[in-house]
Amino acid sequence: MNMSAAVPITVSASAPPPPAAQGTPREKITVRNLDFFYGTSRALKSISVPLYANRATAFIGPSGCGKSTLLRILNRMYDLYPNQRAAGEVTLDGQDILSPSQDLNLLRARVGMVFQKPTPFPMTIYENIAFGVRLYEKLGKGELDARVESALRRSALWDEVKDKLHASGLSLSGGQQQRLCIARTVAVQPEVILLDEPCSALDPISTAKIEELIDELRDDYTIVIVTHNMQQAARVSDYTAFMYLGELIEFGETPAMFTTPRDKRTQDYITGRFG
Amino acid sequence: MSQRMLSLYASRRRRNRLAMGLSIGATVFGLAWLALILMALLLHGFSGLSLDVFTQMTPPPGSSGGLLNPIIGSLILTILAIVIGAPLGVLAGTYLAEYGRFEKLSSVVRFINDILLSAPSIVIGLFIYEVVVAPMGHFSGFAGALSLAVIVVPVVLRTTEDMLTLVPNGLREAAASIGLPRSLMIRRIAYRAARAGMVTGVLLAVARIAGETAPLLFTALNNQFWSTNLNAPMASLPVVIFQFALSPYADWQRLAWTGALIITLTVLALSILARSLVSSGKSQ
Repeated sequence: MNMSAAVPITVSASAPPPPAAQGTPREKITVRNLDFFYGTSRALKSISVPLYANRATAFIGPSGCGKSTLLRILNRMYDLYPNQRAAGEVTLDGQDILSPSQDLNLLRARVGMVFQKPTPFPMTIYENIAFGVRLYEKLGKGELDARVESALRRSALWDEVKDKLHASGLSLSGGQQQRLCIARTVAVQPEVILLDEPCSALDPISTAKIEELIDELRDDYTIVIVTHNMQQAARVSDYTAFMYLGELIEFGETPAMFTTPRDKRTQDYITGRFG
Repeated sequence: MSQRMLSLYASRRRRNRLAMGLSIGATVFGLAWLALILMALLLHGFSGLSLDVFTQMTPPPGSSGGLLNPIIGSLILTILAIVIGAPLGVLAGTYLAEYGRFEKLSSVVRFINDILLSAPSIVIGLFIYEVVVAPMGHFSGFAGALSLAVIVVPVVLRTTEDMLTLVPNGLREAAASIGLPRSLMIRRIAYRAARAGMVTGVLLAVARIAGETAPLLFTALNNQFWSTNLNAPMASLPVVIFQFALSPYADWQRLAWTGALIITLTVLALSILARSLVSSGKSQ
């Protein structure tokens, strides 16, 4: 493999220091020998990957490689549909989440998710956020207001909506709606946040805001992001996993993945030779 | 442009004009009947429209009176039918769209519902006669409401299922992703997103049953006098129109025209309301 091949991706200066410098992080989620089936077709092949606490891990790879499928296993979203089945082991803090006895609502309260398309609920901006909070916490009016405000501040939306909290969430622009969805996810205080191509429908300014946000969220949450945009993966993540045709080809610290990939396929993908 | 292309284009334009002409003709033909019906109703019914119609009971032939008891009877029967039928339809439609979407049972239920939707209403009337009127030994307003409810259920079920199916799955997944149980997701998110369409379904069902005569002939029958007793025969506008229009008395016939005008205008208003609700739901 030619290590000196020109790599068009630059790891931005604002990227965090290599995680190794901070000691080995804790494994929040551990995926071991995970297979996934849509009916009889096998979409994931024996995936094993660690997801570290307070780190952002990016999954990259061409369309159909299984990265979104993997993400939807981590909160058992696939359970909403028949004929979808996961086999193998996924643990969250050591506890098996694929077990049939796992309570799905409690799991999803701990593992939040932001989707590709913004999905505000058909209610006011305030209610969009307060609704999820009330599910699992009994807060007074003042506490609830404070929680809504802090979630909106964290998602860089507060200044734009503070005067119209009781307008419909659907009245916001696409980028604002997506930040509202992130605020909604953050407000219920999950431990892990899954982001499934959160910026693919957004303009560059909204994208930049959301990337900044991910950078901050890492202090408190475990972040897993699926993205088609390799610059984005390089900018926001500490670890990167490259998937191809349902297999995990390579996993490593992001700077290393983008400068000295070990696998030929990873290198071809990140240099734009296929994908 | 070559001659060949031009002649192709010219023939396409000819065929377009022909098809356009036929479509406009068909539309005018259909709308003309509606216009004629409305005109006939206004012509014959409008003159009889007075305060008496809404304050007096149906008269014996030869004396003056109004349509108060059938109007109130129709209101009672319709409201009771909706109160019985709409919740059943909404619940069944919710099952089909939210819980049983991938179940075999759902396609069976859907098929049976489609049959019920197109069942002749006189058959429904006979059915209620068999299972309610005959055992009880007399006609009753309750039996009438029940037969109308049987007509309401499939209409509401169908619109509820259709409207919930239109709610994007992304919204369901988003609700699940914050740990929302499915029952809450349906009540707080899906119903809210589908509300305009579901209300429209209920309004359409009201419009449908407001003019039904056949099922009431065998169940509620009619009543010349003021009665709100559900355990006794009850008057209703369609049945009174049926009886008065067939009678040889000119004053009864005039009242029948007026009753027909009242029903038609009410149904028309409900349909327009339903349509405007749907369009305001879409523009949200």
